[in-house]
Formats: sequence, C-alpha cells, structure tokens
Amino acid sequence: MAFVEGENLIKQYGSGEGTVMAVRGINLNVGKGELIAVMGESGSGKSTLLSILGALNTPTSGRYRVGEKDIYGLSHEKRADFRREFLGFVFQSFHLVPYLTVKENVMLPLAPAAMKGMEKGRLAEEALARVGLGGKANRLPGQVSGGEQERVAIARAIVNRPPILLADEPTGNLDSKTSREIMDLLKALNSDGMTIVMVTHNSECAQYAGKILRLSDGLLVEEERVGMNGENHLPLSEKEKKLIAAANLF
Amino acid sequence: MTLRDIAFRNLRRRKTKAAFVFVGLLVGVSSVVAFITLIEALTHDINTKLEQYGANILIVPKTENLSLNYGGLAIGGVLYEMQEIQQKELRKIRTIKNSANVAAVGPMVLGAVEVKGKKVLLAGMDFGEVPMLRPWWIPRGQYPEKQQILAGSAAARVLGLQREGRIETNGRTLQVSAILEPTGSQDDQILFAPLPTAQAVLGKEGRISMAEVAALCHGCPIEDMVEQISAILPGAQVMAIKQVVKGRMEALDQFRRVAYVLSGIVAFVGMLVVLVTMMGSVRERTAEIGVFRAIGFRKSHVMRIILFEAGLISTVAGFSGYLLGLGLTKAALPFFSDSRGISIPLDPVLAGGAFGLALLLGLAASIYPAFLAARLDPQEALRAL
Repeated sequence: MAFVEGENLIKQYGSGEGTVMAVRGINLNVGKGELIAVMGESGSGKSTLLSILGALNTPTSGRYRVGEKDIYGLSHEKRADFRREFLGFVFQSFHLVPYLTVKENVMLPLAPAAMKGMEKGRLAEEALARVGLGGKANRLPGQVSGGEQERVAIARAIVNRPPILLADEPTGNLDSKTSREIMDLLKALNSDGMTIVMVTHNSECAQYAGKILRLSDGLLVEEERVGMNGENHLPLSEKEKKLIAAANLF
Repeated sequence: MTLRDIAFRNLRRRKTKAAFVFVGLLVGVSSVVAFITLIEALTHDINTKLEQYGANILIVPKTENLSLNYGGLAIGGVLYEMQEIQQKELRKIRTIKNSANVAAVGPMVLGAVEVKGKKVLLAGMDFGEVPMLRPWWIPRGQYPEKQQILAGSAAARVLGLQREGRIETNGRTLQVSAILEPTGSQDDQILFAPLPTAQAVLGKEGRISMAEVAALCHGCPIEDMVEQISAILPGAQVMAIKQVVKGRMEALDQFRRVAYVLSGIVAFVGMLVVLVTMMGSVRERTAEIGVFRAIGFRKSHVMRIILFEAGLISTVAGFSGYLLGLGLTKAALPFFSDSRGISIPLDPVLAGGAFGLALLLGLAASIYPAFLAARLDPQEALRAL
C-alpha cells in the first residue's frame, strides 16, 4: 500500500490561449520510508509537483492522498495542520527567518504548539545535534555558511518529527563537498524511517534515492529504481498511525 | 518560541517601522489626552474662579421702579424711595434645600449720608463675611469695628480721609480704621461700616437694603438656589450673577467641541499612519509569512502575530501618549489661562481611556493588514521569492 499517492494529478495555470499545463496527469506512489528523487529540466513541473505534495498548491484535478486521506478535501486550516504535523519542508533558498537565531528558526514549526518552552528547546537542540549544528544554536542565519543554513533548514523540517520530508533542490546552492554531506544527512534520516521526496537537478544526489522519477513537460516519463530503498516499504510508526487516525485532522 | 516571541523579535528587527506605528499612535493618543486634559483643567479653573468670585447671588427688595443708571453712571438724579428687607428674614436662607452650598450670606444696608458737606453712600455690612464675599479687597488698616468706618479709595480721596481720622455724620463721630486699595468697582466710592453702626447712623435698625450670597457653585445648581431663595423671600428679588462665568463656559464649550473634532481628526490620521505602515510591513514580510504558512501556521496564527505586534506597540503608545498628553497640557495651559498653578487633573478613567484608544486605533488599523497577511497564499508567497 502506498503511503503517499498521487492519482492523475493535473495542474493548469491560466485559461484560454495563455493556459500553461505545469503537471499533466501524473500518477505517483511513494511507500513508507522511501527516498524519491524527482528530476527534470527547468519547467518540467518538478516544483509544481512538490508543492502539490506539500499541500500548498491545489491541483486542477486528480487526487492526492496520504495514508488514504484526501488532502485537498481538507479545509485550508486543516491542511495547515497537516503540513505542520505531517510534513517537513526544505526550501531551495533555505528561507530562514533572518531575525531569529538558528535555534529559534528550528523551533519555528513548534511556535503554535501548546508545548512548554523547555520541551520546544529540547526538541530543537536534538534536531540541531542531528544535523551537526549543536554549537551554533545562538547565531543568526547570516552568521553561518550556506551549507550550515541548509542544515538549519533541515533541522527545522525535522524538529516536529514529521513522517514526510519534502526537499526542493536541497543542494542547489551548495558546493559538491557540502552537497554530499547534506545528502548523507538526508540518507541517514531516511534510514530512520522518514519518507523523503526531493527535487534535484543533480544526478549524483539522485543516486542517493531508491527511486528516480523523471519529468518532462509536466509528464512522468521515466521511473527508475536505483537502490534498496524502493523495496523498503516500512510499516507505519505509532505516531503516523495516530496522526492518520486523528479525527480532528481529517 | 511562541507566536509572541516571533512578534517581539520582528519588532526588534524592524525598529523603524515599529517607530512609525508608535509615533502615529503616540501623536493621536497624546493629542486626544492633551485636548481633554486641557478642557478639564480649564473647566476646573473656571469653577474654582467661580467660587472665588465672592457673591454670586444678589437679594434686593422687589421694586416697580426702573433704574436710571447705566454702567455706574446715574442719569437725572431722581431718587426713589428705597425699600428694605427685614434682616431676620435672611435666616431662612440657611433652611433651603441646597443650604449646604451657601458659603456666606452678607446683609447690607445702604443709605446716603453727608460728610464734610458732600453726599456719600454709606454701606453697612457684616465684615466677618468679607473674606468670602469680597476676597479681592485689600484694606490699608484694620476692618472697622463699632463706630468705625472703612473708606473706599475714591471716597477717601474726595473727602480727604486719612487712617485714624474721624468724620462727623448724622450727629455721630466715626473713626476711619482703614482705606481700601482701589478695586476698580463701585466699592471705591463708598464708606463701609459694621451693619449695626450703619443701621444706627441711617436709622434703619433691623432692616437691610440688600443681601449678597456666596454659593459654592462647583457643581451646584445656582438657578435652583435662586428659585429656592425666591420661594422663602417672596418680598425680595433674587438674581444670579453669572453672565461672566456663563460667557466663559460657553467659550469653553465651543473650545471643547473644536477640540473633540481635532482629536478625532488627529486620531484618524494616526490610524492611517498605522494602517499604511502595517501594510508596508506585511508586504515586506511576504516571504516570511509564506514560510510560516508553508510550515503549517494557520491563518489565525499569522493574524495573532501581526495583531500582537500592533497591540504591543499600542500599549506602549497608550502609556507614553497619556504622559505626553499631560506634558503638552502643562505646556499649553499658560496660553489658555492667566491663572497660576492650575492643577492638571490626573484622571484614571482618562489614563485607561488612553490605553483603550491606543489599542483600539492600533488594532483597528492592523486588522486589515493582518487579514491580508493571513490570506497570503503560501505557494504564491514562496514563488515570489
């Protein structure tokens, strides 16, 4: 059974002669614990697909389910809750909040939560330790390197321990050495059971994935199994089961 | 890290924008506070002056004759027979409903006497009530006792009177105990004696020509008091001396209306400044708000951040605006009143109102920008980067 499932996803921008078909009927199945790389030329629909998977961009038609739940059938606010509870986002340009420290940036997804400050701090420190930035918690984003900013973005994405991580060009702004470090980190998170879908131009990075999806002109033109991860459909964790079952979310 | 922390950090980072919002609210709130405090201080000053005016109710015998003088200038020289009131009737004034507002009752007997071959008005009065009824009098010497007189400055000059000097009138010898400093009123032309002495000289024992009443009018209904005294003294005509005060109160009422309109305009402009600044701030933070929404902040979370920022600035602006308003009032008071040492009323209701007004303006002006921020499509916001 697929954990993340896209069925005939279509995204069209504009109307009439100016219509742009960004995604043209993509079917997608991502198993629990998979690491998927989405590749393609610029304008092939990779980022649009990722934003649909991220519950940020309502498809023109088609269905998007997570744990058999129709995500775009949810209200806007419930979809926001879904993003906060289920998804971790790593944006292409990091998008760290410049006036918050590294630790505060990592704690950001926890800000609306009714959780004690100490508990939030502990979770943030754990996430920072996980990405190897334990010693730079009190710096501002402008005071750390690009690779470190990427790590902060990853720490922010995993602080809530979401079951799914979406990454848009996670190594797009980094040198090859730092890119490898970041990919090793994503691989380690995936090994811990996190389902990861990343968009990348970099074929070296794509080799870390269990499955590579190649898009062209909004269509899924190739699906390539690379490693073992693709076969590695892990059972849902207790948290994931609870989240899916939570009546107030769905 | 809470939503409030995000608001705090943002304010710390965007100090200039926060300062604009603060100044917009500060000007609005301090203007309103200054106008209201100024009006209150001036009203209080006028009320205090009203109490210090001395007599503000006049009781005279009812007469069918018309006065032939205008502005102190007698026309013709026709003398009417003066009617009188029985002195004991005045005791009834202490029994009226608003008797607690009666500060002093000053009976007065008037009559013409001849001194050194010249006609002069002799007034008998109760000198115990003078500090209340004539607080502006400055006597050179002691107030007169039995068989003594106090001479008005003009009367003393015309009659050539000196302190400790003596006059002869109606077969009696009276000593000049004091001479008044010029008052600029009719009192300068008169000789004053204690009531029993004057009644004896004029042959009007037990009778008075008129009475003055000093009513504490800060909040007292002077028209009601006039009616109450008229009811117990049917043979007398009772009048309120209120023209000057009424005129000032009317001017103050006009000033009050203008001040309220100006306050409203300034507050509205302050609100516009907040609105424009907050709109700019939201636009500037499009990316940041997009990230917030993308990582799962609800619309209400984004609104709470924006409104908390506005509320925080508004609270500080309310407190500062109240203090600044009081300071402005203190600076402006000398231009509106010649009284020295007018106290500025510290009204807790106004202080609370200043906070309330600042919050109302700040939040009202921020609701629309907060709503826009919350409505921001995260996908659009992130694509705009």
